[in-house]
Amino acid sequence: MRYIDHHAHMVSRTTDDYHQMALTGCVAVTEPAFWPGWDRLSAEGFEDYFRHITDFEPKRAAKYGIGHYCWLCLNPKEGEDRELARQVLGRIPHYLECPTVLGIGEIGVNRVTRNEVETFNDHVALALEHRQLILIHTPHLEDKWKGTRVIIEALGQRPEMEPGRVLIDHAEEHTIEMILENGFWTGLTLYPQTKVSLSRAADMIEIYGPERICVASACDWGASLPLAVPEFVLEMRRRGHSEALIDKVVYQNPVEFLGQSPNFRLQN
Amino acid sequence: MERHSGTCPLTRRQIVDEYFIESRNRLLEIAAFLDRLERAAPESAERDFRVQAFEAALRLLCDDEPARVQRVQMLLSDPSTQLKAKLDQKSATGAHDHWCGEEL
Repeated sequence: MRYIDHHAHMVSRTTDDYHQMALTGCVAVTEPAFWPGWDRLSAEGFEDYFRHITDFEPKRAAKYGIGHYCWLCLNPKEGEDRELARQVLGRIPHYLECPTVLGIGEIGVNRVTRNEVETFNDHVALALEHRQLILIHTPHLEDKWKGTRVIIEALGQRPEMEPGRVLIDHAEEHTIEMILENGFWTGLTLYPQTKVSLSRAADMIEIYGPERICVASACDWGASLPLAVPEFVLEMRRRGHSEALIDKVVYQNPVEFLGQSPNFRLQN
Repeated sequence: MERHSGTCPLTRRQIVDEYFIESRNRLLEIAAFLDRLERAAPESAERDFRVQAFEAALRLLCDDEPARVQRVQMLLSDPSTQLKAKLDQKSATGAHDHWCGEEL
């Protein structure tokens, strides 16, 4: 079955993973800018990373017939450093010209500090100024509800912001309602232990319906599953859901959201 | 927000047939975790807010109220919207300390 993984940190994955994803029907991935597991020392480090995900990674994916797109930002794990954020934000507009950049992301908060929220707000302002889509990271574990609430309240302060151009990712059972009720898109990330399991993701599709919900692997340098989306397809089939419903969640929904960027073009 | 019910194509019996064994396995893993804690040196998990939250969540599972997942999630969550003055640590711990070291 064809699918799009809207959240995959492919810089951390091997070429074998691209191969397996292609074999299981992946037609495109989108790669949010991310924390490498350690803090970068300078804005130059981010610039190299932006070159990696706007130039090298699309070429690597193309060898397997997979479209590779990306999102740019200084991620929430490094958002506490306001001076570094200022320097990195100044370098982003240049890369927005790249043909595979879809928007600003994954921005958000980590431990929900004042500095993190200020850095988040600066990114939102940049996205609105350049009319970019926005992909938002919500915090992990005990910080998720609080961070999601704070993010939604911050976005609510901007009347020019269109919720339909924002995807608030890593939703779980206690945050999905507030995201959808406010008109945003959301993502269920199928990540072992700290995010959403296959069965809980299927539960949420059953409870809330398939509108404005996407699923993704969020595969990265940690223990994660680059084939999580086709595994989700199997979980939905296991319950007897229709192929049309599954296709909507794993393909049509991401096409609808991502297609709002003129840079998102799927090859036939 | 409207929540749909009856949208899983499986019957209750079919859900049990499909998910009982894996859920049974998880249940035994939880039992083993609690036994492991009990066997460990006394100071290792005593009054740990994560264990307090875990035990409170187990009690919650046994009531007859709906939306158990949401309620467990909130039991483990920081329910405030107050911003931290500065970054305290990079990673979350998995549970919010609702009890501030007090016994439940």
